[in-house]
Amino acid sequence: MSLDFLPMPDEKGYFGEYGGQVIPPQLKQVMDDINDAYEKVSQTDEFIQELAALNADYAGRPSPIYFARRLSEKCGGAGIYFKREDLNHTGAHKINHCLGEALLARYMGKTKVLAETGAGQHGVALATACALVGIDCEIHMGEIDIQKEHPNVTKMKILGCKLVPVSRGTRTLKDAVDSAFEEYLNDPVNYFYAIGSVVGPHPFPKMVRDFQKVVGVEARQQFLDKKGRLPDIITACVGGGSNAIGLFTAFLQDENVKIVGVEPAGKGLDTDEHAATLTLGTKGSIHGFECYNLQDDQGNPLPVYSIASGLDYPGVGPQHCYLKDIQRVEYETADDKECLDAFMTLSRLEGIIPALESAHAIAYAMRTAATMNSDQSILVNLSGRGDKDVDFVAKRLAL
Amino acid sequence: MSRLAQCFAQLKQTSRKALIPYIMTADPEPTITLPLLHAMVEAGADIIELGAPFSDPMADGPTIQAAAERSLAHHTNLHDVFKVVAEFRQQNTTTPIIMMGYLNPIEVMGYENFARQAAASGIDGVITVDIPPVEASAYVAALKQFAIDPIFLLAPTSTVERIQHLHGMASGFVYYVSLKGVTGAANLDISSVEQKLHEIRQYIDLPIGVGFGISDAQSAAKVAACADAVVVGSVLVRKMAENNHHRPEDRTIIIKEISDILSTMRQSMDAVELLET
Repeated sequence: MSLDFLPMPDEKGYFGEYGGQVIPPQLKQVMDDINDAYEKVSQTDEFIQELAALNADYAGRPSPIYFARRLSEKCGGAGIYFKREDLNHTGAHKINHCLGEALLARYMGKTKVLAETGAGQHGVALATACALVGIDCEIHMGEIDIQKEHPNVTKMKILGCKLVPVSRGTRTLKDAVDSAFEEYLNDPVNYFYAIGSVVGPHPFPKMVRDFQKVVGVEARQQFLDKKGRLPDIITACVGGGSNAIGLFTAFLQDENVKIVGVEPAGKGLDTDEHAATLTLGTKGSIHGFECYNLQDDQGNPLPVYSIASGLDYPGVGPQHCYLKDIQRVEYETADDKECLDAFMTLSRLEGIIPALESAHAIAYAMRTAATMNSDQSILVNLSGRGDKDVDFVAKRLAL
Repeated sequence: MSRLAQCFAQLKQTSRKALIPYIMTADPEPTITLPLLHAMVEAGADIIELGAPFSDPMADGPTIQAAAERSLAHHTNLHDVFKVVAEFRQQNTTTPIIMMGYLNPIEVMGYENFARQAAASGIDGVITVDIPPVEASAYVAALKQFAIDPIFLLAPTSTVERIQHLHGMASGFVYYVSLKGVTGAANLDISSVEQKLHEIRQYIDLPIGVGFGISDAQSAAKVAACADAVVVGSVLVRKMAENNHHRPEDRTIIIKEISDILSTMRQSMDAVELLET
């Protein structure tokens, strides 16, 4: 097997049959302009050096690799290692692409960066990056989410971004996307839409991946330095798929490394309440790109659910769809119960409170490590810290 | 000759421009659509654009998005669109009907299966607002196999390359989206519309419809002066929202208000054309 992933996506934005630009013509030129600017700007020494300096001195990169001794002992079998993206400034991997996007917006001479946010994680990371880069930031957020995610809302306000409450429709993420998009289309020449994952029309899945791949590039070298070989398995949770693509990209050509994405099984794959898009979805298009979709037989996206709001999405990044089809990456699931168990176990054995999103990948690593030998190893992307989840979990488990 | 080609040929003979109202199927409820289609023809519509609802309509503003939500609340799908067009065709065999929708429901049904059923119901043209160029040839082939006109959108930002790309694929007419933004916003810049239509006509020998941002008789007349067809949507759809009180008389009120708007536009458009000729 010889794999060459470097040319992906093709010039039209396709990873195999996924991705592309399923968009009205009003948007086509705008997306092509972003692509052209990205290709040009991201290759300049000035941009590369400025982003590298921010990653190092501001975000705190490289994030370390940590061997979870007590957790590994408890599971028995393979050693479990974490790529500590939770230690980044703002507490998750999101800052990686937000710095890239905000910087790109400034290089392109844009006057305002716009985005949607669900739980507020992407919003906070973007507001942070915009404050740093010195560009206006406007975040659209559903009224229901605003009530639920109060600390993040406060952070965004302190960081100086304009928060637009969305009162239409479901008053959650989907309508926040629609609202932010509408504002964007009012002046696409001067505004920059900073998407929150490896989703959306071309070039976003490519661009966000490029900004996130630093995670795997670092992790691969760090692991080699530490262990003198590569891990047997690498794993990450998958909602839209940005932290997973970030870790996976540098390992795709390492044929002996098994790569596993973990989707949220929610209340069970046999219920309607999950968001296991790659596991149970069918091909379709949503929000401007082709991908696996959880959809009804008429092609309307279904309501999805995850205990981790960052994984709660009916579509998934197009490159993941392609990697599933060619069987380079396996996609497994973890349900709410396993996720909460992993959340508490890691907190109490290692003193690390993980984000509920990341806890899905940890749950997979815990159950899989037990089936492996002690000389084997699993590397997990610990994509975010769980500060945002502590009240919810405490209430849920009546702590 | 297709119903659309025939319609534009007849309009040309009488020096009139086409008035194309847009409504969403089953908005605000399913029983209104059939009588409303007939009433709009009575009020002066030459062609009707009928929306198929989709849950994530990226190209639409809040007005049309809300229409899709009202329609989806009745679980409206493509089969319901086919059904109401087939019923309309029992009485009206001349007024072209164009379906406007998003790719995903059509893709899930399969292009050929979709085209066969759409043609059987009496649909004359289809606008799929988010069809990517990569998919276009398979999609166009399926529609043409069943004699349906593929109608494509062009925007102020569309390049010459995109305009040329439509040559040989588009038929019926092309639909110029006059505003940069999503549907239903204010401000119509008529001189930039004129300029762009001139550019499009250099490459495509089809009638051009202009839509988005036409809200009253004056703007309809202005657009009619330079385009071949005037598409009116949001201003009509807003009437559905305003009069949706779940009362038995809602239907009559909506049909009357929409008919009144269309009659006024029709008169205003025809008056301009008389002045010009």
